[in-house]
Amino acid sequence: MEVLHITTENFESEVVKSEMPVLVDFWASWCGPCRMLAPVIEELAGELTDAKIGKINVDEEPDLAKKYGVMSIPTVIAFKNGEEVGRSVGFKPKNALVKLLK
Amino acid sequence: MFDIAIVGAGTAGLSAAIYGVRAGKSVIVFEALTYGGQIINTPEVENYPGIRQISGFDFATGLYEQATGLGAEVVYERVIRIDDQGDTKLVVTEDGQYEAKSVILATGAKNRPLGVEREEELIGAGVSYCATCDGAFFRGKDVAVVGGGNTALEDAAYLSAYCRTVYLIHRRDQFRGEEKSVERLRKKENVKFVLESRVTALNGEGKLESITIEHGKNGETTQLAVEGLFVAIGQMPDNEAFANLVDVDHSGYIKAMESCETNVPGIFTAGDCRTKKVRQLATAAADGAIAALAACEYID
Ligand SMILES: Cc1cc2nc3c(=O)[nH]c(=O)nc-3n(C[C@H](O)[C@H](O)[C@H](O)COP(=O)(O)OP(=O)(O)OC[C@H]3O[C@@H](n4cnc5c(N)ncnc54)[C@H](O)[C@@H]3O)c2cc1C
Repeated sequence: MEVLHITTENFESEVVKSEMPVLVDFWASWCGPCRMLAPVIEELAGELTDAKIGKINVDEEPDLAKKYGVMSIPTVIAFKNGEEVGRSVGFKPKNALVKLLK
Repeated sequence: MFDIAIVGAGTAGLSAAIYGVRAGKSVIVFEALTYGGQIINTPEVENYPGIRQISGFDFATGLYEQATGLGAEVVYERVIRIDDQGDTKLVVTEDGQYEAKSVILATGAKNRPLGVEREEELIGAGVSYCATCDGAFFRGKDVAVVGGGNTALEDAAYLSAYCRTVYLIHRRDQFRGEEKSVERLRKKENVKFVLESRVTALNGEGKLESITIEHGKNGETTQLAVEGLFVAIGQMPDNEAFANLVDVDHSGYIKAMESCETNVPGIFTAGDCRTKKVRQLATAAADGAIAALAACEYID
């Protein structure tokens, strides 16, 4: 699957109302650890079949970042049925991100 | 069996890898997190000789591509132990075991935590160790900085541009950092000095809402409503896993001289994790070169 570009516009449809669990990566272009995480997110998107992966640029979507209390990036939040079920802050290896969905 | 096993893919470890493979040795580098080490958080590096300005990410990526392009192998596994079996060193990771003729410990340094309860749980929910990384999320809010060195002073100055109030908390009444920076902070209306005081508790549900401070003189405690707490009390080594293997000093830094040799034959050390005066990229790279060539000499 492709990494979804998530914005205020499609957040409701892609995350809140998603049938599948969603992993959302809050990031920014100026953030080194976010750039380190980017290939991991890409890789995950290619491998996961039972979850979607999306990215939210906190500079473009400050309200979403605020709403979910993001205070450091990268922050990855796992959503199921629109509810937060897991969260990790900082660069984390792939298996740690997969665990958020469990 | 690898010729050289390197623990840590920071500046020291990757520099050692470059020198090792160029000397014709097989090199494996173990990294617990991501290549690059501490510098990847820094937006601008302006003091690495030969490069006028570069982001930490680009610097680290250049180093990584150079090392792997030459043939070094990077494996993302944390090393949890090394057994010295004489001519063979057994490197034990979370996922497996590897044999090498020599080892270079280049584990770097990490941010020193305050050591207050709930600190780890609140990372990313108010507790931060990097003002330039996370400061923008605290625009218009009240925050605190803890520390007395130049990093704490720089963090307070940086945050004062974004935040409503910045409390600068220090356990002494004098700063270790530069007097000029202290003077500049004193002139800022939104920076408040809280001296001879310690943070003793972090409060809040799900995220930081306030901190408890104990004042050294009278032992009185007060609560300070802040949403952000920036900890800037220095770095510490991450060498517990190797403290039984090689000699470390009282702070946990691996003891070594310019040769980068430890007290164990065939085990070398490079970068911020070792005893030294100046902990910078240039000195980490220099150590990497020295340690790798020393390892080559040891093997041959
Ligand atoms: C905010 C900040 C700004 C800085 N700015 C500058 C600057 O402008 N110029 C400059 O010259 N220096 C700067 N420095 C200092 C510089 O970053 C360090 O001196 C340098 O990173 C040291 O490199 P190193 O390879 O020794 O350690 P590190 O960069 O710390 O790398 C060590 C690596 O080892 C890994 N590791 C640790 N233990 C294990 C294990 N058991 N198994 C596997 N992997 C492990 C870590 O995950 C890490 O990736 C700055 C430091 C900070 C914190």
